[in-house]
Amino acid sequence: MSQHALVVKDKTLSGFWAYLMTDLVLFATLFATYGVLRNNIANGPSGKDIFDMPFVLVETMLLLTSSFTAGLAMIALHRRQAKTMVMLLLATFALGAGFLGMELYEFNHLVHEGHSWRESAFLSAFFTLVGTHGLHILVGLVWLSVLFGQLIKKGITEHTERRLLLFSMFWHFLDIVWIFIFTFVYLVGVM
Amino acid sequence: MAKTQIHTSMTHTGSITSYIIGFVLSVALTLGAYYLVVNHVLDGTKLLATIVGLAIAQLIVQLIFFLHMNKEAKPRWNLMVFSFMVLVVFIVVIGSIWVMYNLDYNMMPKEELEQHMIHESEKGF
Repeated sequence: MSQHALVVKDKTLSGFWAYLMTDLVLFATLFATYGVLRNNIANGPSGKDIFDMPFVLVETMLLLTSSFTAGLAMIALHRRQAKTMVMLLLATFALGAGFLGMELYEFNHLVHEGHSWRESAFLSAFFTLVGTHGLHILVGLVWLSVLFGQLIKKGITEHTERRLLLFSMFWHFLDIVWIFIFTFVYLVGVM
Repeated sequence: MAKTQIHTSMTHTGSITSYIIGFVLSVALTLGAYYLVVNHVLDGTKLLATIVGLAIAQLIVQLIFFLHMNKEAKPRWNLMVFSFMVLVVFIVVIGSIWVMYNLDYNMMPKEELEQHMIHESEKGF
């Protein structure tokens, strides 16, 4: 890669990092809202009544492992081991989809039990915060699918490499946000 | 070499070992926090402080081992942007909770406020 291409790639990655930081502010506002409203349960259930902790732990491990496989895929990319990279990215996709599936199951279960976002301010804030994270995961999965298509069509080029690096940053970022959802929503919720 | 000088942390690809260390530490920190809460090992404020500490530890682990923020060449723009955002997040989250708590306190219905004051004065100093 030429010096010029490296500078461009470097600037793109820094720019994307700046975007992630603004996304962090979005999550901060939702965390603040949740923090303020978490005790306003309006005679409905509190976190203690509705959170299934072993379930959430499995969910957390799925996302953490997918962040790990995404990182390993970047090493394979760097070494131009296309087969290994694709396997790792498929694993990342499967684990991410598993995480999202579990989250949708949890939401569906809660709504089915009558504990939808309409029941209390606590539940509104809960669904908004966790749902926004879930929406980001969905966007990540769609993005990864598009990248699979580009890899099949073009192979590993300067452009697909840069896009894969951006995706891995996005994915690691979402796992970091989840650490705080796991801690402040779920763990603090059942304390 | 001059060429590597322009790399920020994001272009730096870590080693397999660094990812494994990051992953193992993250799993350990997650399970540790989970164990402490589910088994009620500590109480109240101590427990809260510990799990918040574990979450921040995991944040740092992932920033170093997954995002390689410590490998960024100077000037560390990404780190600076991140530090500023941490400050913003801190002000937004802590500020909101603090302000709204005081609002709740001052807007309490009269009887509830009296009950609250009796309760507080019974606690003594």
